[in-house]
Amino acid sequence: MPSWVLSATVFSPLAGAVLVALLPRRDGLLRTVAILTTLLPLALAGWLFWQAPLGEAGFWLTERGLWVPAVGIGYHLGVDGISLPLVALTAFLFPVALVGTWDAVRTRVKEYLVLLLLLETAVLGTFLALDLLLFYVFWEAVLVPMYFLIGLWGSERRAYAALKFFLFTMAGSVLMLLAIAGLYLATGTLDFLRLLGAELPAQGWLFAAFAVAFAIKVPLFPLHTWLPDAHTEAPTAGSVILAGLLLKMGTYGLVRFCLTLFPEVARAAAPLFMALGVVGILYGAAVAYTQPDVKRLVAYSSVSHLGFVVLGTFVLNPQGLAGALLQMVNHGISTGALFLLVGVLYERAHTRDMDAFGGVARVMPTFAALSLFVVFSSAALPGTNGFVGEFLVLLGAFRKDPRWAALAAGGVILSAVYLLWMVQRVYFGPVRPEVRTFAPLRPHEGAALVALVLAVLWIGLYPRPWLARSEAAVQSLVQRVASVAEAASPGWGGRP
Amino acid sequence: MVPWIVALPLAGALVNGLVGGRLGRRGTSLVACLAVLGAFLLSVAATQALVASPERPAQVVRLFEWIAVADFRISAAFQWDPLSALLALVVTGVGFLIHVYSVGYMAEDPDYSRYFTYLNLFVASMLVLVLGANLLVLFVGWELVGLCSYLLIGFWFERPTAAAAGRKAFVVNRIGDAAFVVGILSVWGLLGTLEFREIWRLLGEGGGALRGHPGLVAAALLLFAGATGKSAQLPLYVWLPDAMEGPTPVSALIHAATMVTAGVFLVGRLWPLFEAAGPVLAAVVAPVGAATALFAASVAVAQYDLKRVLAYSTISQLGYMFLALGAGAGHAAFFHLTTHAFFKALLFLAAGSVMHAVHGQIDLRHLGGLRRSMPLTFLGFVVGALSLSGIPPLSGFWSKEEILHAARAHAAGIWVVAMATSFVTAYYATRAAVLAFWGEPADPHAHPHDPPPAMAWPMVGLVVLSAFGGFLGAQWAGAPLRAFLQPLFGDHGEASSVAGAEVAVAVAVALAGVVAGWWAHRARQEPDLGPLGRALAAQWGVEAAYHRAVVRPAKALSQLLAERVDAGAVDRAASGLADLVVRAAAAVRTWQTGNVRQYAAGVLAGAVVLFAYWVLR
Repeated sequence: MPSWVLSATVFSPLAGAVLVALLPRRDGLLRTVAILTTLLPLALAGWLFWQAPLGEAGFWLTERGLWVPAVGIGYHLGVDGISLPLVALTAFLFPVALVGTWDAVRTRVKEYLVLLLLLETAVLGTFLALDLLLFYVFWEAVLVPMYFLIGLWGSERRAYAALKFFLFTMAGSVLMLLAIAGLYLATGTLDFLRLLGAELPAQGWLFAAFAVAFAIKVPLFPLHTWLPDAHTEAPTAGSVILAGLLLKMGTYGLVRFCLTLFPEVARAAAPLFMALGVVGILYGAAVAYTQPDVKRLVAYSSVSHLGFVVLGTFVLNPQGLAGALLQMVNHGISTGALFLLVGVLYERAHTRDMDAFGGVARVMPTFAALSLFVVFSSAALPGTNGFVGEFLVLLGAFRKDPRWAALAAGGVILSAVYLLWMVQRVYFGPVRPEVRTFAPLRPHEGAALVALVLAVLWIGLYPRPWLARSEAAVQSLVQRVASVAEAASPGWGGRP
Repeated sequence: MVPWIVALPLAGALVNGLVGGRLGRRGTSLVACLAVLGAFLLSVAATQALVASPERPAQVVRLFEWIAVADFRISAAFQWDPLSALLALVVTGVGFLIHVYSVGYMAEDPDYSRYFTYLNLFVASMLVLVLGANLLVLFVGWELVGLCSYLLIGFWFERPTAAAAGRKAFVVNRIGDAAFVVGILSVWGLLGTLEFREIWRLLGEGGGALRGHPGLVAAALLLFAGATGKSAQLPLYVWLPDAMEGPTPVSALIHAATMVTAGVFLVGRLWPLFEAAGPVLAAVVAPVGAATALFAASVAVAQYDLKRVLAYSTISQLGYMFLALGAGAGHAAFFHLTTHAFFKALLFLAAGSVMHAVHGQIDLRHLGGLRRSMPLTFLGFVVGALSLSGIPPLSGFWSKEEILHAARAHAAGIWVVAMATSFVTAYYATRAAVLAFWGEPADPHAHPHDPPPAMAWPMVGLVVLSAFGGFLGAQWAGAPLRAFLQPLFGDHGEASSVAGAEVAVAVAVALAGVVAGWWAHRARQEPDLGPLGRALAAQWGVEAAYHRAVVRPAKALSQLLAERVDAGAVDRAASGLADLVVRAAAAVRTWQTGNVRQYAAGVLAGAVVLFAYWVLR
């Protein structure tokens, strides 16, 4: 498999963005071109997924080029079992989000599409970069389009939400930049593969700097308060991408950098992260329950679900990590779909207040059926993707300490509580007069939801292709953490 | 062949779900009923093969590897053995009759194909539950029947009570399910497998070295907690009475005959595990079952909603089954599970016929005198009620006798409770029959009549099964069911040649209940039970206590967290930090003086610091 595939995957949306920028302002044309563009990375990611060797722990496809040769900063992309599922998810969610929200944005369509395509390049780059400076550039590049997407096409409190999103993430980014600079000064390289074999100084501080940056992005309790605002105010496609992909940058970063580069510290800090994960699971669910705004409810459900990911990551065993990785994908699909549902409702009611709905299932039966699939996927019903991921995380947690699993299992109850409460208020009950006039599900909305539901069922019923592609990488990472930690007891801030 | 038993109803659900609207009512009914009938016929054929071989080895069909990471590997696999065969026959057999009944009952409903989609999906899910070859596949079925139950309770979702009841059922079940999941994890942590055959192999013969192991006890307790949710036992029974919001055939199939017995099935499926888990069976399962049996029967006495009477009756009868399991009499539990499926389904279908005839009226105070106008329904209800009461020679008598016998051999206290329950059961069953069918018609202008053939024939079938189903397990018939299940439960209580005197006492108690119920309501008047009556009508205050102790505090906590903690403290702290950044930035801005020498000094200072660090590190 040629290595240019990686660059092509990352930069094809950028090329599409340029094309869209050059085309005349005919909204239908621009949207069509943008969607067709996102099919390119989808096809390439599909090819990567198809070709991925099973049982290969390392980066099985890498691409190198010199970028700033004078100081040894390289252009380095690579894919392994940990990044592949997220690349596939990204490539899948962008076209789905664009199709599902076909004409939801009607002002400054060109700018909107250009920003979304730029965003896709940045997200894909984040997941594929193997050079820390390159990673940082992509990481920061995500911020800019997202800031404008919220700030320009968001709802009433968009300016506040956009600024809050930007400030929180920037605060983390600054720390991460310092850590990257420190790494470079200490080792003379920012190449991930070389760092793997290098002696790293001040691991505790470096870990902490990276971890805070990622924890804000996840977001981990108590750093999550930017998320409900940003999710709620963003336009639908923005929410889908924000919840589905941007949060995964945080969890991906925790796995890729915190765990891999600083295994000893990660092991020492694991109880803290597990505790924050479990608190997030329960706290997010509890807060979600009383939200009157359906979009805020979904946003807080993300806090809860991402708690499972963090818990699974830091139990440091194969099942937990594999579950966390799968749960990143699952959350992208399910919560992306939930935001799409909310978007469909918002398009018709122009409100997100649940009290304004009632009886939607009578007026839009197909939509209601698809919605139930999505809701139960989010509630981790067996047969859907959510169950496979959550169960693996719980299994991993149980191996670590049954008490973690018992606490986290409380999330299983709570997710049913808040999600079904939402279903009852929005979809069931007598049909309200405002709801009676809702237009039926439109073809593009249906197509996007059907695609997501198929993904839900695929991973729920036959997750093997996903698990098998990451199993070797997961096991080797778990071994790395276990063996290094056994070899030397870590000192906070010191060298082994 | 075994996977096809699941595949047929699943295919029926898919067809009706995707194109049901275009098939027309006749097409929808044909697809749904034939799918279940096919599954039944396949089950019969597969059972014949099982009966033919004396050892009845469990046959496992592995479909594909489902979830696999490192040393955890689980397949999607089905198992065919006597227990799954029995349950599959009950589910598809009774299920088929109720599908046919539904064709008549739901004939006027605008959401006809949606109904049959759910009903077929339920049968498929229940079959996954009973045929799963490992705990995780069982759990898939377990949760999917919960989903179907949710969808069917809330089938008429525009009624707020129906929507709320569906949600309540799912959430209460989820409490049990959370325990179930941790129980599954415990089993895996302890035994390293979730395959039933492996669990049997490792824990057969009393559990060997693991007998009474704390982990095993914990696992058994957690799994039993799951069972109390699905099978509506104390303390998680509260969802089942509300579940009567669903269409009546659904109550018959899901909330009486099949799904609610899943907890009993679970304990039977993991029989060696429960036997090896020390005191769990005797100290927890039997008392919970006995307490639930008496508690629910007593509440049934004071209900006016006929379906609620039957719902509490179901809870009570499930209690009997757990009591039997706890007493070590697995075969008795499953015998009663089978006969209960017959007579309770019959009672519900008769109740459905009543509702069908009197425009949805279900309040016993507004019924009466239906005996003459609805002879078949009357016959059905009386046969069901007498069978429920344990009057010989109806089916319920034989199975209940086995349970009472096991209870007596097990513990005197349990036996007394079981006998008391028997009296109360006969009392409330008779009360319901008298209030609904005797006396003068409540509405002299109405002309109720027996239902159309699609509803009548399934009732006839169930009348026959309720009357003669006792042959399946009765001692004098050679106890064929016990022999069939023998590979699973062994020859427990070989000496159960039930003594004549014991039977006489039990029958006398049941008859006394019938007579008391008749006497108290002969004039269609409710005897005044005073404070006891009020306590019974309020379910001894359980529902209200839950509301005070769980529901309201949980809501308040959620409110507090959302409004005070999250929007208050956490956000303010985090935003405060962000503010700090902004203010720091404002402060730093003053450094931007435009003075190049000052910048150079700064760069130099930084370089010195970094260099120093590089040297000294």
